[in-house]
Amino acid sequence: MMEKLLSPFRHLGALTINAIWRLGFASRFLLAILLNSGQSLLRFQLTIREVYFAGVLSLIIIVVSGLFVGMVLGLQGYNTLARFGSSDALGALVALSLLRELGPVLAALLFASRSGSAMTAEIGLMKATEQLEAMSVMAVNPIARVVAPRFWAGVISMPILAAIFNVMGIFGGYLVGVVMIGLDEGTFWSQMQNNVDLHYDVINGLTKSLFFGMAVTLIAVFEGYDAVPTASGVSSATTRTVVTSALVILALDFVLTAFMF
Amino acid sequence: MKRSTIDLWVGLFVAIGIAAVTFLSLKVANLTPQSDTNTYTLTAEFDNIGGLKVKAPVKSSGVLVGRVSNIALDTKRYVANVTLVLDSKYQFSRDTSAEILTAGLLGEQYIGLTQGGDMENLKAGDHITITSSAMVLEQLIGKFMTSFADKPATGSNAASASQ
Repeated sequence: MMEKLLSPFRHLGALTINAIWRLGFASRFLLAILLNSGQSLLRFQLTIREVYFAGVLSLIIIVVSGLFVGMVLGLQGYNTLARFGSSDALGALVALSLLRELGPVLAALLFASRSGSAMTAEIGLMKATEQLEAMSVMAVNPIARVVAPRFWAGVISMPILAAIFNVMGIFGGYLVGVVMIGLDEGTFWSQMQNNVDLHYDVINGLTKSLFFGMAVTLIAVFEGYDAVPTASGVSSATTRTVVTSALVILALDFVLTAFMF
Repeated sequence: MKRSTIDLWVGLFVAIGIAAVTFLSLKVANLTPQSDTNTYTLTAEFDNIGGLKVKAPVKSSGVLVGRVSNIALDTKRYVANVTLVLDSKYQFSRDTSAEILTAGLLGEQYIGLTQGGDMENLKAGDHITITSSAMVLEQLIGKFMTSFADKPATGSNAASASQ
């Protein structure tokens, strides 16, 4: 009887301890990546290969989603602003919401689900098929050879993808606002230019995406490296990557916004 | 895929990224390189600047001629000291007046310059002497209320007559 009553608490305790253990391991893992990245940056070819898989191949999803997000912002923003007779401010609305929040956050979410999950699956499968151990046997450090290039590729790709997302979103807003609805083109751009500040909006937004890039890639490579080396283990590690990344991106976004604006 | 092809794609990717950042800085944030040579500075004092902010536009006849670069409180006379940076294409006479206006009913505030009749123009560092303060809604309502309170009798008469 007592055993039955206690078991939920015991389970909760085990979950908490496990989470803290994993957090500690992830921090140590980040340190190991940073210490071992000298080698991977010297052999930059490895990182370039990963930028291709993580960044270049994500371009289509980023471009298409950016375009549609901008178009939806244009439509919804126009409908709301027109009620208050200030549809002129549509350009500023679209640009500010994309640059400050939507661009970095949505690009990071898309990046996590497209490239982060792929990284986890790849590293997890390497672990399951004992390729990582084979590397260690051959005196090749798997963190320097496999993990660090992927980490830096994610950190490099994320701000670029966020900037492309922003540009496509603004273009989408322009398409809906100016081409479709017929707002004045000059007003659209001048309102945007009067209200967007280079340092405050553009650079802060890209700094955000740099942090998101680090967080997402760290989670992805960590989950892959830490995966249980079985088919189901890799699959649950991939799921955890997407879920944890999404939560961390949104939480980190709140913290960064509180600091920046 | 061969290494060289990947290099090409990654190079293209980075180039698009740089182009995107350039577009965001130049076209969206309007980072126009401004040298000090083609601008000049004027100052003006206002009793009340309302909601005027640094970087607010300075307009003459509705045309953008410059921006507010600094706002400070003069602690000797307790007036707001506003510094304006104007494009040197636009010269104004010495008796130019400056007033704080509002774009639309509740829009952003800007400074409007009205050209005077003096033959000599303002030089860099000069002071605009004729200024009028911002319209503050509370003060406006306060004035309206006091003028309304002057004749309450007619108001109550009208009210009783309508009953």
